[in-house]
Amino acid sequence: MEYVVTTRELTRRFGNFTAVDRLNLSIAPGEIYGFLGPNGSGKSTTIRMLCGILEPSAGSGQVLGYDLASEAEKIKPHIGYMSQKFSLYDDLTVYENLDFYAGVYSIPYRERRHRIGEMIELASLSGREKDLVAHLSVGWKQRLALGCSIVAKPSILFLDEPTSGISPTSRKMFFTIIQRLANEGTTVMVTTHFMDEAERCSNIAFISEGRLIANDTPDQLRNQVLSGVLVEVEVAEPMQWLAKLENLPYVKECSLHGSLLHVLLEHENKMADLRVYTNSEVNPITPSLEDVFITLAKRDRG
Amino acid sequence: MSRILAVLYKEFLQMKRDKLTIGLIFMLPLVQLLLFGYAIQTEVKHIPTVVFDQSLSPESREITRAFTASGYFDVVAATGNYQQVTQLIDRGTVKVGIIFPPDYAKQVRSGDTAAIQVLVDATDSMVSNSAIATANSIGLLKSQQVLAEKVGQFKAPYDIRVRPWYNPDGITAYYMVPAILGIIVTMTMVMMTSMGIVRERERGTLEQLMVTPIKSYELMIGKIIPYIALGYLQITVALLVGAIVFDVPIRGSLLELYLLTLFFITASLGIGVLISNIAKNQMQAMQMSFFILLPSILLSGFMFPREAMPVFIKALSNIIPLTFYLTIIRGIVLKGIGFAYLVPQVTALLVFTVILMGISIMRFKKKIA
Repeated sequence: MEYVVTTRELTRRFGNFTAVDRLNLSIAPGEIYGFLGPNGSGKSTTIRMLCGILEPSAGSGQVLGYDLASEAEKIKPHIGYMSQKFSLYDDLTVYENLDFYAGVYSIPYRERRHRIGEMIELASLSGREKDLVAHLSVGWKQRLALGCSIVAKPSILFLDEPTSGISPTSRKMFFTIIQRLANEGTTVMVTTHFMDEAERCSNIAFISEGRLIANDTPDQLRNQVLSGVLVEVEVAEPMQWLAKLENLPYVKECSLHGSLLHVLLEHENKMADLRVYTNSEVNPITPSLEDVFITLAKRDRG
Repeated sequence: MSRILAVLYKEFLQMKRDKLTIGLIFMLPLVQLLLFGYAIQTEVKHIPTVVFDQSLSPESREITRAFTASGYFDVVAATGNYQQVTQLIDRGTVKVGIIFPPDYAKQVRSGDTAAIQVLVDATDSMVSNSAIATANSIGLLKSQQVLAEKVGQFKAPYDIRVRPWYNPDGITAYYMVPAILGIIVTMTMVMMTSMGIVRERERGTLEQLMVTPIKSYELMIGKIIPYIALGYLQITVALLVGAIVFDVPIRGSLLELYLLTLFFITASLGIGVLISNIAKNQMQAMQMSFFILLPSILLSGFMFPREAMPVFIKALSNIIPLTFYLTIIRGIVLKGIGFAYLVPQVTALLVFTVILMGISIMRFKKKIA
């Protein structure tokens, strides 16, 4: 398959600190590529390198066939980028921001009005075109930022935590737009901390301390990362049970989910033992992505 | 081109909404000129003076009158003892003490050299220079008069006729107003541009721009042109205030002044852009701007004549754009000269512009960190 983004041993160091460590990624066209990992794991650094605004310390990468280090400027007309921090002009209106980016991407005058109209419709910004950005809520600002970054209809879109700090409704709205773009053929690389969003990705890469520790579809991750059987245990005082259960020989993992405990057992036949030991309900469950990532993160630290 | 226009239009929109900046652009020349145009007087007159006259004679009174008639000395006190003279000077009530000895009149009448002591508080050199020079020339003039009376028909052996050109009445404002204009433009251009670009870096909008296809020079040009327009706006305000309030004549061609000013504006912008390249935040940009501004004010010839500077400092003043612009603006406004006489200065400003902008454009990479 022809990939739109590939990296080989991509590395970025800041002084003695290695933010991104020999990363190998390949992103297929039209994918929603979820890029997950704890804070400070190197997600933003990777995206910045892929956008051509941060020089790699070692390794190489290609975006749309252009080399990151030597052809960064050739990449720029074809990509859209939303940084973690809101970075549009507060003292311009919604329309003026879109118009500015339309100009910066050299969209011909004749098409501009139409294109901006499309963006306003796509990002659900209608009705507030003449409002100053400073007066918008975070959700609106993020949709405007998205609108600005896709005004030139890029073939790849890099989104760095686009939904952090916005309401659940706004998050849903935002992801629907992303899905729509992907359906129309745009490749989207998105970082997020929300599992429901990760579930909607066609491919997930999980990185920790700058290294890629898992990369697959959400389904495959769920089925393959966890070997054994995951059960849900309902106990009173789950915090105290957590420590006790972790020490049992047949328990591989134990984590707290609200008032419930998720316990990963070596084998199905240990369920009865656990039921007797805790004297409570033990039911097998389908692992969620969250379980997967907890396991991945623990395994990585161990 | 479309990209430059986009940046240009965006800058104009932002400026239009920034009421404080707009206010500053107009108020700065207005207030500064009114304040400094009146306040800065290099010629010190009306120096408070105390007289301790032990002679109490027509002869001593005549000299005292000569001192007050000059306009430089205002006799604010007369005293009967030396101690009070020193006290008044120590306290700062007076800057000058004139002391006549008891036998002053006798000496004058007998044809001896009569001594008058003039004490000057020289803590402020500008005041004391003025007092000392005037006191000396009063002494000379009076001596000549006495000699002439004695000899009868008397012709002075030398007659030096001084004609002060360009500003015969020695009006300080004529000289100061164009210079203040230069200071205001440097200040605005250096600070506004440096802050303008650093602000984009601080807010993250620069990072967003780096991901777009815009080229460094397109961004620079788009950001700079609005500031050139602001610079001209300020100069117009300043020239109007100068002409209306201070009656500063503009003897040369106004068109030429505007044309040559462009090079000064671009050189100042060059400094601003360079600062914005180095500074990480607005605070640093501000500090660096001040670092540039102070020498501009002190060494350019605005405050102190460059002729009086030691060779090294004078050489140092050659790396300040304002130094050259002062020659240009004073030349056009006061002397009425034109480009033909100002080629070296204009060339210098052009060199500043090319070097500063060149460094900035080369240094400005579309990369972070």
